[in-house]
Amino acid sequence: MRFFKLLAVGAVALNSGGAFAGCAYENDVPIKSLSAGFEAWKAVTEAMAECGNLEAELDQEFRTKQPAAFAADPSLYHIGGVSNGTFTPLFDAKTIRPLDDLVAKYGQQLKPNQLIRVDGQTWAIAMMVNAQHLMYRNDIFADLGITPPTTYEEFLAAAETIQNAGVVDYPVGGTYKTGWNLAQEFVNNFFGHGGDFFDDNNMPTINNEAGIATLELMKALTDYMDPEYLTSDSTYVQQQFQQGKIAMSNLWASRAAAMDDPNESTVVGKVTMAGAPQGPGGTASTLWWDGIVIAANISDDATDAAFRLAMEGMDTDMVTANNDAAVWLIDGYVAGPAAAGAAATAASGARPYPSLAAMGLMHTALGSGVSDYLTGAKDATTTLADIEAEYLTAARDAGLIN
Amino acid sequence: MKFKTFAAFVGPSIFLMLVFIAWPLANVLWQSFHVTSVKFEQSEVEVCTPGFLTSTCTVEVRMQPILDSYGDPVTETKFVGWQSYRNVLEPARFLAGLQDLSWEQVMVIDFWKALRFTLTFTLITLPLVIGVGLLIALAVNNAIQSLRGQIIFVSLLPFIITPVIGALSIRWLFVGDGILTAFLEWLLKADIAMLANPWTLELLMMFYRVWHVAPFAFIILYAGLQTVNHDTLESAVIDGASRFERLRFVTIPHLMPLIIFIALIHLMDSYRVFEEIVGFSSQAHVISLQWLTYDLLTPDDAGNRAISRASASAMLTMIGIVVILIPLLGKTWRDHKGVS
Repeated sequence: MRFFKLLAVGAVALNSGGAFAGCAYENDVPIKSLSAGFEAWKAVTEAMAECGNLEAELDQEFRTKQPAAFAADPSLYHIGGVSNGTFTPLFDAKTIRPLDDLVAKYGQQLKPNQLIRVDGQTWAIAMMVNAQHLMYRNDIFADLGITPPTTYEEFLAAAETIQNAGVVDYPVGGTYKTGWNLAQEFVNNFFGHGGDFFDDNNMPTINNEAGIATLELMKALTDYMDPEYLTSDSTYVQQQFQQGKIAMSNLWASRAAAMDDPNESTVVGKVTMAGAPQGPGGTASTLWWDGIVIAANISDDATDAAFRLAMEGMDTDMVTANNDAAVWLIDGYVAGPAAAGAAATAASGARPYPSLAAMGLMHTALGSGVSDYLTGAKDATTTLADIEAEYLTAARDAGLIN
Repeated sequence: MKFKTFAAFVGPSIFLMLVFIAWPLANVLWQSFHVTSVKFEQSEVEVCTPGFLTSTCTVEVRMQPILDSYGDPVTETKFVGWQSYRNVLEPARFLAGLQDLSWEQVMVIDFWKALRFTLTFTLITLPLVIGVGLLIALAVNNAIQSLRGQIIFVSLLPFIITPVIGALSIRWLFVGDGILTAFLEWLLKADIAMLANPWTLELLMMFYRVWHVAPFAFIILYAGLQTVNHDTLESAVIDGASRFERLRFVTIPHLMPLIIFIALIHLMDSYRVFEEIVGFSSQAHVISLQWLTYDLLTPDDAGNRAISRASASAMLTMIGIVVILIPLLGKTWRDHKGVS
């Protein structure tokens, strides 16, 4: 992308006198990367681009492109940016390669928890973690004398108090956009109720008390949200926060830094990060990681160069220059107040998002099914039964169950 | 014309139609009766993912695709008959709903919900597009000569805008904190959420479609108005026909073939309503048949997509378009035979 190259050049120019140390070596093998486009990936690919010969594509549609692009021979990209969810199709098709030899060669600085290991081999290198956790307006909470909620009962009570005080348009913001976002909120809260999505044979197990309680909690929360909650994604909730329209939300850690961005936010310093609220059966959140994989179908030279370049992009210099862009796993990261929420969420025992083929199908079924309960089209058991039926149809077609 | 000359003229176009229309269609038909699935094996593996400071390692049962000697997943394609159609149509549930005479029970099935909206959308926007188009055409036709160019240009603008962009801009006007919503809230002193109600959403979507397509009807009808026989109009004036009667008995009959043409195109286009669903993100309340196909084709995070069901849904959409066009095509055919 020419545009991105320009952007990278601009960033280098801006940073030339600052903390950016530039690249330790000159990369002479042309390398292409495909990743998501949020702040952390911009920082990493910009740092990689300093070594030259990198064509970085930052595209929010990467998840649809990656499986096919990596299956090509030779692969269309050398480096892929993935997360727990998008790692699965590449790993299952083995279009990415084990990285142990490369880690030994170029990755001495990596910390053990950066290595994503499956069955004893390293398949991806994580650079950051992400989780949805509580963000709240400390000024409003102090004015109304509310203590930050640790459970969902307290969360709802706080929302009620704020609603009655009428200090904001809507007390709660929710990433409830139909599809991926809404399904993710169900996953968070279902884990919060101690649920499990599948039994040992990949059969769905959501139509039970935990599932019903999850739906009821989600519906109770929507009473305090903007009525158009079914169209609101993470960016929209972030903007609602920045414009002072909401007082609390369970939002992604990667959005935390934006609250204190004086160019966008009217609530600088007024948003505090805390751990995700507890449900009756656990923490109502899931842990995610983002990191890189290396394509299998590329030459040995390119493999070496790609991994070395990725390590250069994920080094301490990059973290020092972009400390607040993410909750980095990389050495040199100083956990600031923006990371407090993610840290507390992880410490309270939130489960990692299950990266399974079956979970992909379940996530899709939830994404289109949950809204029927929230709009009142179906009752809770019908909603859950239909989601299970949809999952079963898809899983049979995919060959996951017989 | 000699057959050879005829064939030489028509041949390339028939060839292209076979390659780009018939073959894909046959392909989709075939796919709708077959399911291709990956063969999986179960294995127990240890998976380590990063926690905040340490790694979390868990032993989990993973379904791993079996890979062949080239490293590609082994797939199996089998004939499934009408199963994908059944999965889309859910006939058992549909019939149960009919027996209970329960509208709600039928409307919770995605396909029927989508069909209901698609038909409402198509049939309500059709007369509006033609009506508004005709009104603009008449207005322009009666405007003074020096202003016509500008008016035509401005009237055509909505049609030039890319559909998704147009839908998004209307959505941004009416979203919770949009300019027009803020204005309406100020006017009515009430909290308005246009995107939270199915009916306001549908209204907005139809408004958008009429706004977008009426210029197309306008430009065609305006061209038609230039060919209306002035002698007939003058004699109608002498006979004492009012403005409305002249329109009703002279102009509209003259424009009828064009109106049918616009109706045909509009029915085909609006039965495939899609941009509005995406633009207004209305999936929770309102979906269309075309969106259903798209949704089935979209891969999830794990890379799965329901190609067979998407094919079945696409075939059903095509059949729907044919059914809805039959009355108009029949009329055109009869007119054609009547003339020749």
